[in-house]
Amino acid sequence: MDLQGFGHLLISGTWITIQLAIASLLVGLVFGLMGAAAKLSDNRIARWLATGYTTLVRGLPELLLVLAIYFGGAQILMWIAGWFGYDEFIEVGQFTAGVAALSIAFGAYATEVFRMAMLAIPKGQWEAGLACGMSKPRTFFRIILPQVWRLAIPGLGNLFQVLLKDTALVSVVGLNDIMRQSQVAISSTKEPFTFFMVAALIYLLLTAAATSFTMLMERMSNPAARGNRS
Amino acid sequence: MSWEWGVIWQYLPRLLEGAWLTLELVLVSGLIGIALAIPLALMRASDNYWVKALPFLYIYFFRGTPLLVQIFLVYYGASQFDIIRESILWPVLKEAYWCAIIAFSLNTAAYSAELFRSAIQAIPVGELEAAEAVGMNRSLQIRRIVLPRAFGIALPAYGNEVILMLKGSALASTITLLDLTGAARTISARSYTNMEMYLAAGVIYLAISALIIGLFRFMEYRFNRYQYYNHVDTPKDLDPQLRDPHIDR
Repeated sequence: MDLQGFGHLLISGTWITIQLAIASLLVGLVFGLMGAAAKLSDNRIARWLATGYTTLVRGLPELLLVLAIYFGGAQILMWIAGWFGYDEFIEVGQFTAGVAALSIAFGAYATEVFRMAMLAIPKGQWEAGLACGMSKPRTFFRIILPQVWRLAIPGLGNLFQVLLKDTALVSVVGLNDIMRQSQVAISSTKEPFTFFMVAALIYLLLTAAATSFTMLMERMSNPAARGNRS
Repeated sequence: MSWEWGVIWQYLPRLLEGAWLTLELVLVSGLIGIALAIPLALMRASDNYWVKALPFLYIYFFRGTPLLVQIFLVYYGASQFDIIRESILWPVLKEAYWCAIIAFSLNTAAYSAELFRSAIQAIPVGELEAAEAVGMNRSLQIRRIVLPRAFGIALPAYGNEVILMLKGSALASTITLLDLTGAARTISARSYTNMEMYLAAGVIYLAISALIIGLFRFMEYRFNRYQYYNHVDTPKDLDPQLRDPHIDR
């Protein structure tokens, strides 16, 4: 395939896409853990808030979320900053808006994954931790979280695939990711099929890499399966 | 922050028109998608290596790339080739509406084919053996046993796929269509009321999702009745060996 010297542009776009995906993954995992903790907590308001968050976000298109945060986020931030007496103009960058929208969407689905994983761990393990004299947070970090992680990885892997593909949406508000850069290349070469196909192949490569990474993580987090190699 | 409720009411008819287009896109491409997915799923569930390869590649491509790329490939990509531009298909392929339908159908076909395949493979082997035993040939088996059973098994998962399609249909706005997102975008760009318009669009999207979820709950209850059926006539002292776990609770 002849890229007519636009290869470096696509590579720089790929790099932006990877950064966007990883940043959104990290922030999204935090949202997911917080959401799951809120859904499983004894506090009714926390449960109510988390349920509202997941139902709302899972019913909204990611594109609408990206647009709303990019075009409306600044308004809301300035409104909140106004309470604190800050009246300067605030601008939300494309990357920030992208990370915000994608991590909110990822967090809503991750909440369910983490919740299922936490519920899958027998209550006896909490009680055993308590019986050994560990405090609740310590039981969580030493006993529960390593197992939640193992149970959650396959689900999170699927969500990461979805996230990786959703990064393309941020190009709509002008972030220089793969999609945007291929459009730039197209505007001078007039070869839309070639460049969108190359973009598609790059995404295929990225999702394939993400899949093998997930499988690696699954293996690493499961010592029992790793030992069974005979 | 200034907030104007009046703008929402003023433009509500335009948003509802957009919502109608969104529903239309989801419905039409969903139906075409199912029609494509069934043969794909049957091929994918085959034992023959070569029969499996083609749907595998198709599904791999459409599930591994963003929907946005697929839409752009159909809408902008098709015009690169003179053969397509001069063919009788061009009047169809230059319409954004049909490009969106084509891209959504191909996309959802890949996802639903995978759902149907796992449903086909989840049919208990005994049922297929029973069909064989009563003398059904392969096509009759597929028509009478495999497809109806797979439909029931795949129904809840397919409901999720329809919700994902609804969310994906927002991408139609990137190729100039005025669907719900597209309408919200154009109105907010013209009237400088971003948050109001996106909020209104979001509420309509939530309402449509709720409607779809309710519809699939109802269908699930209707088509998988056997799962919700409580058999009460079983005698209490029935030999445990004779109990049917599907009927007796």
